[in-house]
Amino acid sequence: MVNVITFIIAGAIVLGGALGVIGFPNPVHAALSLIASFFGVAVIFTIQEAHFLALVQVVVYAGAIVVLFLFVIMLLGVDTAQDLRTEPLVGQRSLGLTFGAILLALTLGGLFLSGPGGEDGAVALTGQESVVRPIDAERSQIEQLGEDLFTRNILAFQATALLLTIATVGAVVLVRNKGGEDLVIDEPGRSVE
Amino acid sequence: MNGIFFQTPDDVEFDRVRELVEKDRFLVDGAVDFGDIILAIAMALISFVICLIATMLMVWFERKVVSRLQNRIGPNVAGPFGLLQTLFDGVKLFFKEDNIPREADRFVFKLAPYLALLPAFLTFTLIPIAGDFNSVTNSNGEEVFRDGSAEVFGRKIFFQVADLPVGVLFFLAMSSIGIYGVMLAGWASGSKYPLLGSIRASAQAISYEAALGLAIAAVVLVTGSLSMNEIVQTQAGPGFLSVIPNFNLIVTGFIPFAVFIIAGTAELNRPPFDLVEAEQELVGGFHTEYSGIRFALFFLAEFMNTVTVGAIIVTLFLGGPAGPNFDGIFLLGSIPGWIWGFVWFFLKLLAFLFMFVWFRATLPRFRYDQLMELGWKLLIPLSLGWLLVLAGIRVARNGQLGILDTPQADTILVIVVSFGILLLGSAFIRSAMNNSRRERLIAAGFDPEEVV
Repeated sequence: MVNVITFIIAGAIVLGGALGVIGFPNPVHAALSLIASFFGVAVIFTIQEAHFLALVQVVVYAGAIVVLFLFVIMLLGVDTAQDLRTEPLVGQRSLGLTFGAILLALTLGGLFLSGPGGEDGAVALTGQESVVRPIDAERSQIEQLGEDLFTRNILAFQATALLLTIATVGAVVLVRNKGGEDLVIDEPGRSVE
Repeated sequence: MNGIFFQTPDDVEFDRVRELVEKDRFLVDGAVDFGDIILAIAMALISFVICLIATMLMVWFERKVVSRLQNRIGPNVAGPFGLLQTLFDGVKLFFKEDNIPREADRFVFKLAPYLALLPAFLTFTLIPIAGDFNSVTNSNGEEVFRDGSAEVFGRKIFFQVADLPVGVLFFLAMSSIGIYGVMLAGWASGSKYPLLGSIRASAQAISYEAALGLAIAAVVLVTGSLSMNEIVQTQAGPGFLSVIPNFNLIVTGFIPFAVFIIAGTAELNRPPFDLVEAEQELVGGFHTEYSGIRFALFFLAEFMNTVTVGAIIVTLFLGGPAGPNFDGIFLLGSIPGWIWGFVWFFLKLLAFLFMFVWFRATLPRFRYDQLMELGWKLLIPLSLGWLLVLAGIRVARNGQLGILDTPQADTILVIVVSFGILLLGSAFIRSAMNNSRRERLIAAGFDPEEVV
């Protein structure tokens, strides 16, 4: 009962936040609704007893990534309201709507077609606790997660690390001036005349 | 064939797991009674009140100590020793006119102070502020450690509002959420100085969060748990030779502690890391445009954060409420153990709060490039390297390495090798830094030999 009420509130926050991201004309307000949406997702994780995931969601997404978004928005000074009636990329919205509708149809179809109350049918898709449960309730989740991550999925983990390193190196290469000219000490990115 | 075989092993396992999960559930229907709810609300309320009183006293403490360090007297009129000064200031701010600048984003401008205050208080709810963690001999003659709980009205309670299984991460999450208050306040004010202040604040917070997290990771590594209660439990006990305590300060080898204090001070935006509100450059930084009660909320959040981070340091590195009790000693023994826990916690906390105030009165503010250099080039590599060393030592001590004959010899080998690598690594970083500086100077037309 408590879970259902919490789920409804959190779900409303997630959806409302998501709508706000695309609906607010001001980028800062959009970023704020993104945070609200992330928090809603964290609450849903908590209902499913996935405390670690919930907090990682807050630390990484709400705490680090959106802070960077806001940082860039403030630094570039693009924090003025935009006219939402114009469409920057032609056909983007209609395409987006189409794919969104297809995704929704697939999800709902999977939910209803898998039959009521089957052992691994509809139950699997609603994420009820009978399916989503700890692998081993006696050990802490973090221990299990860490063990899984650093033994069975070590390759994926390393690949992610490599990907992030490439992204960082790429960013450094992009901001460096081309041709290897000397940099001005006070103004990074600009070369000596 | 008996009935047991009709149940597959998987089903048995499943039921057992389910039972364990249900038992752990806090809000499953029927699992809580009215008393539990009342208790939870009462604890949250008491914690809030303690937090507010502590903040009020902290403001007074800071003003008084800074005054003394600067050869002044400080607040001395309102109440005994000027104790009520903060209360009066708060009342004054409450009744002051509340301005909202014309260019401000009204909704975000009003939201920001609450975003600053809330994480500060939520972190405080995690901290065990009292409790007895000493060992007792049970009926079998074994020595068992108490878990810091006490009996109140026949219920077992802990002296923290919630002991989350992921407690330390919650602190990190809240400290990253706390940035939003400062950041949005600066942006929503719609004027230059606050915006500059808030950009500084976010850059600083992002830079130092990594070092903060790595210092915490060292503690988690030696403790093996993220729960605040368990972190305190592992630090309790008489310790090595009954003289040197088991505190993480010693177990993790001091470096994470030092990194945590520096990074924590930077996260708090306290001097010497107060570039965010550098009065000489930015008027008041992010809260320049704030007045009245909204300013009071920022002020409250700042000091509440100071108390909270002090308490986190005490919990993570100095055993929180762990400390000797006086079982069986005349008069002192009649005081329950959890009160002694509170006394130890309070004394440790006071030492760190004094340290923060001392920093403020003594250290000049960092320059911006010094701030970034300290964070990225010193604290992060150092804490990362130290974490690897601690992990290596742990592997060797468990005997999982097997290079030399005994785990002890392996441990010594790991320590020697890793310190060699640490020295080599720092030499590389230093030479790379010196080289890049040299090249920058040459590019700018200076002679690197002349510029020191």
